[in-house]
Amino acid sequence: MSATEVHHVAKTLMDHLPILQVVIPLMSAPLIVMIGNRNLAWLIAFAASAASFVIACLLLSDVIDGSVISYHIGGWAPPLGIEYRIDALNALVLLLISGIGTIVLPYAYTSVKAEIPQRLHTLFYALYMLCLTGLLGMVATGDAFNVFVFLEISSLSTYVLVSLGANKDTRALTAAYDYLIMGTIGATFFVIGLGMLYMATGTLNMADLADRIAEQGANRTVQAAFTFIVVGMGLKAAMYPLHHWLPNAYTYAPSAVTTFLAATATKAAIYVLLRFMFSVFNPGFHFEDWTLYLIFIPFALLAMFAASFVAVFQTNLKRMLAFSSIAQIGYMLLGIAMLNATGLSASIVHLVNHGITKAALFMGAGALILYSGSAFFDNLNGLGRKMPLTGATMVAGGLSLIGVPGTAGFISKWVLVQAAFENGWWIIAVAIMLSSLLAVIYVWRMFEVLYLTAPDEGCTATDPPLPMLIPMLILAVSCIWFGFDTELTLGSAQVAADGLLAGSAGMMAH
Amino acid sequence: MINVDFIIGHMNYWLFIVLMMTGLYIVVARGNLVKKIVGLNIFQTSVFMFYISIGKVTGGTAPIYPVDSQGHIQVDPSLTYSNPLPHVLILTAIVVGIATTSLALALIIRIREEYDTIEEDDILKIERELSAQDSKAHGSAMGGRA
Repeated sequence: MSATEVHHVAKTLMDHLPILQVVIPLMSAPLIVMIGNRNLAWLIAFAASAASFVIACLLLSDVIDGSVISYHIGGWAPPLGIEYRIDALNALVLLLISGIGTIVLPYAYTSVKAEIPQRLHTLFYALYMLCLTGLLGMVATGDAFNVFVFLEISSLSTYVLVSLGANKDTRALTAAYDYLIMGTIGATFFVIGLGMLYMATGTLNMADLADRIAEQGANRTVQAAFTFIVVGMGLKAAMYPLHHWLPNAYTYAPSAVTTFLAATATKAAIYVLLRFMFSVFNPGFHFEDWTLYLIFIPFALLAMFAASFVAVFQTNLKRMLAFSSIAQIGYMLLGIAMLNATGLSASIVHLVNHGITKAALFMGAGALILYSGSAFFDNLNGLGRKMPLTGATMVAGGLSLIGVPGTAGFISKWVLVQAAFENGWWIIAVAIMLSSLLAVIYVWRMFEVLYLTAPDEGCTATDPPLPMLIPMLILAVSCIWFGFDTELTLGSAQVAADGLLAGSAGMMAH
Repeated sequence: MINVDFIIGHMNYWLFIVLMMTGLYIVVARGNLVKKIVGLNIFQTSVFMFYISIGKVTGGTAPIYPVDSQGHIQVDPSLTYSNPLPHVLILTAIVVGIATTSLALALIIRIREEYDTIEEDDILKIERELSAQDSKAHGSAMGGRA
């Protein structure tokens, strides 16, 4: 691995980018609460997340050639000090999270006014920024315990954000409670895993962990740690049998929150899973490839079919999209389980493409709800014709969800099928296509309701105001754009996949 | 053959496992939302104890270095010290645990305001009625089959 490492010589502001990425949104949250003005709160939140988006762009352009930035917090050298480690994989995920975080905010400004009581708006933006901080921190850090801390920052704020939907439907409260119970069990499992890793190795720095695990080989403590970490993160990522919290949380949360969570929260968990499976542990261990083959593949396939099948029978648009998210996570896990460079890049590129697609769809759903009052299909009759641009967003997102050629979703499924053929698993390739057919059915139901039914008498719905419309259209265009220009997404995913497969060898460079 | 030394020597792990499973069982088996949180707390506390116990070094003393009158640290090489790092880590986890508990209790208060109960069975009954109403009102989108 020719990983050139940029060592920490922090002289200019540019050298502090990895930490600024996380600190700027973190600091904005208390600032918002202290200032306590609703409009200023939005402005601060937007400025902070836009700044972190710009930083993510700069970081990705630095590491796209396969190099690694190692940032030592406070100048304390790892493995004792906490290290932030940016490579192509987490730079790409950082870009997705900060990008979605920024683009959802203008949308939230209008959407939140309609869905959340006014006195809570300031706190909403503070929590939103905390959630963004947590997700960015989870992805940026190179220290295993730091992942847990940021995971809990993002989770705790997510529970509150979900419960804010209680204004419209009280079931948001129980959804948030269920999510809290399961999320805490998941995070605690993760900590147990980390404790065992610390027992076995005496370190918490990911690169150092990788070296020491490679040295001592597999033993029962390391295996148990692996199990706890996979189950804990699997809960957070809504891996198929552990997905129970997801449908209710996505259905009853406010539209802006659903959009943000669907595009980022599970993706950050998938990233941590990837990082631990490939950078910390090593797929060379037998227990790991057995886990991938015997657990990930069956459950990924089950997710792709069962969740898609359930999605077909939903009467609520948001709930349908939530079940489709569980199915799409199945594709990502399948890509991981292929254990080849193509499969990993498929999984990473799907992580990004699906994030964009789902954000577009949930934003469109939120715009429809703004006029119809609910996401039930029979309230949405003919709204696609009344709201042409919202309808167009739903079409672009829907096509990308199916994976129609010329959309972002096609690229990731195409690479995934290629990876299956590379392994000679043609049955899995067929399964990918069959489950896409199920997606055709539920996406078609959405189109049918939006375009082929007559709108209600005297329906005055029009496209939502510009602050909601522009983010929606940007995402809709990116669904198509990334179907043609794969330089950014697939290009960096391939660099990231190579970096992951180089595994601990790549991390040992220092 | 039962290896007594093995069992007694790993006492902290046995206690951890028992406490952890007790906590998880309460979370799963109890219907009362507050009791679930109690279970969750026991579950988390077991992990705190696990972390704290792995910091123990046989014969180790408290990891505090004595300082002489000039303020220089005097490390006595003949002494062994316990590992303080897991303790520090678990302080963070304790804070997280408190935050989780308080958030959960706040949620329970809101649930009680809306549902007038904190028993899971009653809440599920109310929610089933709500979703039955939903599918009655909106089921036509699925041809009345949903």
